[in-house]
Formats: sequence, C-alpha cells, structure tokens
Amino acid sequence: MQSLLMQYLPILIFLGIAIGLSVVFVAAAWLIARQNPDSEKLSAYECGFEAFEDARHQFDVRFYLVAILFIIFDLEVAFLFPWAVTLGKIGVFGFWSMMAFLGVLTIGFIYEWKKGALEWE
Amino acid sequence: MTADLPSFAPALPEIVLALGAMALLMLGVFRSGKAYTQVSTLTVFLFILVGVLLVAYVGGERSVTFSGLFVTDSFAIFSKILVLVGSGVALMMSSRYMADHGIDRFEYPVLIALATLGMMIMISANNLLSLYVGLELQSLALYVLAAIHRNRNRATEAGLKYFVLGALSSGMLLYGISLIYGFTGTISFDLLADSVKTGEHAGIGVIVGMVFLIAGFAFKISAVPFHMWTPDVYEGAPTPVTAFFAAAPKVAALAMFVRAMFGAFGELVTEWQQVVIFISIASMIVGAVIAIVQTNIKRLMAYSSIGHVGYALVGLAAGTEAGVEALLVYIAIYMTMTLGSFAAILSMRRNGQMVEEIGDLAGLSQTNLPLAIGIAIFMFSLAGIPMLAGFFGKWVVFWAAVEAGLTPLAIVGLLASVISCFYYIRIVKVMFFDEPAGNFDADKGRAIPLVIGVSAVLHSPVSFLLISPLIAAAAWAAKSLIY
Repeated sequence: MQSLLMQYLPILIFLGIAIGLSVVFVAAAWLIARQNPDSEKLSAYECGFEAFEDARHQFDVRFYLVAILFIIFDLEVAFLFPWAVTLGKIGVFGFWSMMAFLGVLTIGFIYEWKKGALEWE
Repeated sequence: MTADLPSFAPALPEIVLALGAMALLMLGVFRSGKAYTQVSTLTVFLFILVGVLLVAYVGGERSVTFSGLFVTDSFAIFSKILVLVGSGVALMMSSRYMADHGIDRFEYPVLIALATLGMMIMISANNLLSLYVGLELQSLALYVLAAIHRNRNRATEAGLKYFVLGALSSGMLLYGISLIYGFTGTISFDLLADSVKTGEHAGIGVIVGMVFLIAGFAFKISAVPFHMWTPDVYEGAPTPVTAFFAAAPKVAALAMFVRAMFGAFGELVTEWQQVVIFISIASMIVGAVIAIVQTNIKRLMAYSSIGHVGYALVGLAAGTEAGVEALLVYIAIYMTMTLGSFAAILSMRRNGQMVEEIGDLAGLSQTNLPLAIGIAIFMFSLAGIPMLAGFFGKWVVFWAAVEAGLTPLAIVGLLASVISCFYYIRIVKVMFFDEPAGNFDADKGRAIPLVIGVSAVLHSPVSFLLISPLIAAAAWAAKSLIY
C-alpha cells in the first residue's frame, strides 16, 4: 500500500505549494501593504462600472438552451478526435460504439429540431 | 482492447428498451399534438415485450458481457420484472391526472421508459462504472419527471431540490468509488471481491470508500439520515410521478445496493453490516415517529416509504442468503402496497380538484364503501396486521434477522412497526367513524379502479395462496447472488 500511496506524492507536493503560496500572498498583502480604506474602495466593483442592480434577475432561457446545445455537440467533437486517431486499434467494437453514440445524439438532435429549440424567434 | 464484438444476448432486453424508447420519442415528436395516449400505450406494451424477453430469452443463468461490465442472473431477472411492473402500472395510472392538469406530454412515458432502462442497468451493474452510468440515466430522467408540471411552483421546487440533493449524493458516490479505486486499483465487482478476499487491500481506505458508497446509496433509497428530500419531493411532484418514485426506483436502488454489497464486498460483511443496521434502525424509527404528525397524505406516504426501506434493510443487515430472500419478498410486497395506495390517492378528487389531506377521507365508508375497504386493506397491510400480505413481508425480514443473530434489530423493528400502526389505523378510523366530508368524483377511466382492486385482492387474505410462490421466486433469485 505504501508504494501505491507514493504515486500520489506529487499531488501532495502540489497541494502544499498551492496552499503555501496562497497563504503567503494574502498574508503579505495584509501585513506589508498600507491599509487606508474608504467607502469607495470598499464598494462592489464590476469591470469599471458601478454595480447598479441585483445580480439575480431573469434572463432569456434561450441563451441557456443554446449554451447547453453547444456543450453537447462540443463534447461530441471532443469524443470524435481520439476515436478517429485510435480507430485502427479499437477495431469493429470501437467503430460501432461510436456509431451507437452518434445515433443516440442524432435522435436527440431531431427531437430538438422538431421542438423548435434551434429557432431564435 | 479486443476487436471482437461482445455478446449482446444477455443485454438484449435493455437494448430493445433503449431502441424502443428512442423510437417512441421520434413517434411523439413527429406526431405533434395529441400523441400522449398513443405513446403511453405503446410504452406499456414495450415494457411487456421487455419482460417477456427477460423471462423467455435471457433466463436465470448467470452470464457476464461487455468486458464484465454487465451481469444477468436470476436476481437481476426478479428485480427487473418488479421494476417493469412498477413502471408500467405507474404509467397506466397517470393518464387521467396528466390530462386534467394539462401535462399530458408524450415526453412523460418516454422519460419513464428511459428511467426504467437506467434502473435495469443499475440492477445488472457488475462494475462501479456501469453502476454509476445506470444510476445517472435513471436519476436524470427522474429529476425531469419531478418537475414535469413546470407551471406549478411546488413541482419545480421539488424538481430542483431533488436535482441538487441527487447531485450531492452522486458526488458522494463518486468520491467513494474513487477512494475504492485508489486503494484497490479496480472497479470491477469480481476483482474487488478477489482483492478483498485475499486481504491484501482491505485496508481502512477501502472501508472509508465503501462507507461513502453506502451513503450515496442511502440517498437514492431515501434511508435516514439521507432522507430529507423525500417528503418535499413526494409532496411537490405530481401524484402519478410520486407513485412512480415510491415504487420502481426504490426496488432498483435496493437491488443495486444488495448486489454491490454481496458482489463486491461480500468478505467485508461485518464492516458494512454495522452501517446497514444503523440506517435501518434510524429509518424505521424516523418513518414511524415523524409520520404521526403529517396531515398531507402524500407526505405521510413519504415517511411511510422511509420506514419501509428501513424494514427492507433489516434483510440486508442480516447479511445472509435468507436475508436477501426476505428483502426481495419485502420489496415485492411493498411495491404492490404502494401502487395500490397511490391509486387510491389518485382517486381522491372532489369537484374536479385533487385533494390530498387526510381529513378529506372523512366518512368515506358512507360515500364510497369499496374505495374505503380498499384503502383500509392497504393501510392494514402497510401496518403489518396479520392475515394481510404486509405481515408476511415483515415476518420474513425479522425472521431472517433473528436467524442471523440480530434479535435486538428485529425487536426495534417490531416496536417501530407498532408505533407506525397508529397513523395507518388512524386513516381507517377517519374513513369509517368520522362525519362524511362529501363525495369524491366518480372515476372515469378503468385503470385506477383496476389497480386498486387488483392490489387490494393481492393484499387481502388471498395472499396466503401467493406467498409461497413469491418466496420460492425470491429464493431462486437470492441463490444467484451468493456463491
């Protein structure tokens, strides 16, 4: 079990460095920098604009729909590349596995098309 | 990596169900408009076809395919038939409610079919990876089903709560899986069983991983202390969806739990037994005590289902073949009781509105005696009164616990069941001895009276005739799990 755990040592080292550095940054800013807060410095700040309303408000569900559809087809491409590269080695089973996946995705695509999810207006 | 195609024969019912569900989705979307009735009927026929394939084509022989990811045996056949019956009956009961509330969309039967497919994969999972994939397929369909009445705040709230807590439980499950993989180097049940048997890797890490896995399972079967979502989701979801939630997914998650414990961690029985005993006792007591103060009958059924999961887990806690057999008998009886009770709740309709309070049942014996007798049989059976089927279920699980040397667990179970008698019998008292609160509307369809009638007959003392075939089937199923 010891040798097994040794394989995870780099993660431990990484965590140690990450936690150590972030503590140093925060502590240094707090200890070394000159602190002189006023109400303007402490107020919420967003890309140069003043925060003028609550962040939680309704937005058009179509943005969300487009984002989700994008993720699905983006993932499809992310699967297709490694599949195409290794196709010679994974054989018939690998080929038909991807065909089954694409088939399911096509069914979903037809469904969303017929449902009108791709139309903006 | 092999280039050969694996054997598809053991998974043929699942493949048929998957292709059927997709075909029905296409049918529904191309027949825009009123496709609900057609798709719903075809889905029920699809379930029947899959059931016939399971019994006639696959059979109870143990066979493993897809590089050990998928296993089918008599345990799988028994549980899958239960799941198909639960899904099919829940779907048949839905039509009128869905039409009345304007949510008779064809997606509903398709989602039930996909959830059922996920459950069948969960039951047949022989690897933590296929277990997780099946579980997610089931859960994602269930989240959408809970929120299918999307114009109603309660339903969307139920769907969101279920989604957030379900995601949390999946996270715990995955954390457990990653710990198990990290410490043993495998996620296959067979290899895990070997590695645990040799004692080489049965270290504290594997046990911690297994406990996380059990916590994830406990969420899915709504066992205490991971039951918080159940009453809210059961109350907020449309009643037919609640009926579905209380029946098939419970069976599938319990079957998956049993297979994971015996298939992968059979040698760690003393370790997981402690955890299962704890969640079993906690579920029985919480289910019995908190249900007393409920006035909404759907919330009451939610606490009742928490309690019944506790009783079923008594069988798993025994950790023996007799225990698994008792658990299977118990969940079969529980499922029919639940479906009957929810069919009765679905016929609680006054002036075109669904009513859900226990007070609305007042004096039902004077306005609708057959329904009152049906509900009385379900309540007595849920309480475990002798002569009714629910009694046999409790008797076999407690007997299995006593035989395994867990007499204190059986005594706690008996006490909890006595406490729970109070609220079940109170419903009977309200129906038979209170002043009538008014008539219920007559049922238009045939499905709901049929479900009430059949399950009431199954739970009446007629069950004497059925209990020995059921026990024989459960014994046949349990035998395949322990080898």
